[in-house]
Amino acid sequence: MAQDDAAAGGGGRVTVDATGMLCPLPIIELAKAARGRDAGTEITVLATDLAARVDVPAWARMTGHEFVGEKKTDGPGIALTVRLR
Amino acid sequence: MFLDASGSAPMTNRTLEAFHAGLADGWADPSRLHSESRRARQLLDASREAIAEALGARPEHTHLAHSPHAGLERVIAGVFAARRGRDRIVASAVERDATMHAAHHVAGGALTVVPVDARGHVDLDALAEELAVPDVALAAVQHANHEIGTVQRLDRVAEAAAAARVPLLVDATASIGHGPAPQHWDALVANPADWGGPAGLGIVALRPQTRWLPAWPEGDDWAPGGVLVPAVLAAAVALQERRELLDETSLRLHRLIARVRDAAASWPGVDVVGDPDERLPHVVTFSCLYVDGEALLSRLDREGVAVGSGSACTTSTLEPSRVLAAVGALSHGNVRLGLHPGVTDADIDRLLDLLPRVIADLRDEAGAPEIA
Repeated sequence: MAQDDAAAGGGGRVTVDATGMLCPLPIIELAKAARGRDAGTEITVLATDLAARVDVPAWARMTGHEFVGEKKTDGPGIALTVRLR
Repeated sequence: MFLDASGSAPMTNRTLEAFHAGLADGWADPSRLHSESRRARQLLDASREAIAEALGARPEHTHLAHSPHAGLERVIAGVFAARRGRDRIVASAVERDATMHAAHHVAGGALTVVPVDARGHVDLDALAEELAVPDVALAAVQHANHEIGTVQRLDRVAEAAAAARVPLLVDATASIGHGPAPQHWDALVANPADWGGPAGLGIVALRPQTRWLPAWPEGDDWAPGGVLVPAVLAAAVALQERRELLDETSLRLHRLIARVRDAAASWPGVDVVGDPDERLPHVVTFSCLYVDGEALLSRLDREGVAVGSGSACTTSTLEPSRVLAAVGALSHGNVRLGLHPGVTDADIDRLLDLLPRVIADLRDEAGAPEIA
């Protein structure tokens, strides 16, 4: 599910495509993608389940990472980005 | 083991006996003129007086409705109708859906939602700012939250409402029977099923100076078609029984919930929601990372343990719980406990032994990563 994007700047960027998945699967995929990554890596979760808008920031708070923000995507759904610490 | 008593607590023998006695003696239509009806009328009036007294309300301004939901709808419509020229309703972000839906409907969409902090307390500055605009018909702030247990600082809320001369509706459906009744309100709604009375009854209390108009065809009848007299009697008896044991029970349940809060906070990836101190004695919600709420509830049900949930996954709308979203909690893997007075230390021992294993199992099954 997780795909490494071209490294930009210092930290890497990773995209997790969780479109079509229902909670709690999007943050399970997010957590798997975060495993073993360096601090500073930005992970963007693409989701269609609106619960992810609540869950991704809550995941960041509970696991000590930073929630960066939310954007609309071209497709259906939203892109939620966290930065690992 | 029943741990989901928020909003529907089991009835005690004394309450059941009152219900049966009400069926035997109060079966007649209380609005007719013969002695059978007078007996039903007397039971109804005495029960309503007892409930009013417990709420700190006047019996003649205490109305019965067909449910707490119907009571909220009617009081919002009735108070709104008496505030001509003011057409906006202001509500905290953690009010019940019934309040939100009624307010939205009555005000034709002119509903302003005031945010709460991470523990669920309404933002008093933002509230005062909204109320300062002279178009507000009504403010709705609950006494205590039915999901996370946080008790609002109603003295300060009421101060803001009084300063703006806006009537304050207090939803006390989660708190009456669990502690002292709130003092600061212009209109109040209570739920007998929450204190161990029968379901299908709501109580609306108004201050004598609170203006309202019937926004419905039945005039001053808040429960068209009448209410079930035995249910009102049983509700009054249940509240009386709760009040007799209130200090002892609320202290004991407060301690049991404190045990649950401490234990749950020590489990990896579990977040305990709501205010640890300014809270209902008997309610707590915690959320578990990577756990499907529905699976969690059915696993506990198979173990003979009934708990509640605010998880999006268990509702048909797939919208995350508004209350949990408002405090920034997870939308999934939520467990809500509502303890009734019959819950024992041994029950909580068993729950605290069972839960960490069930959570770990479900995380394994979902392929969730280890939590550091």
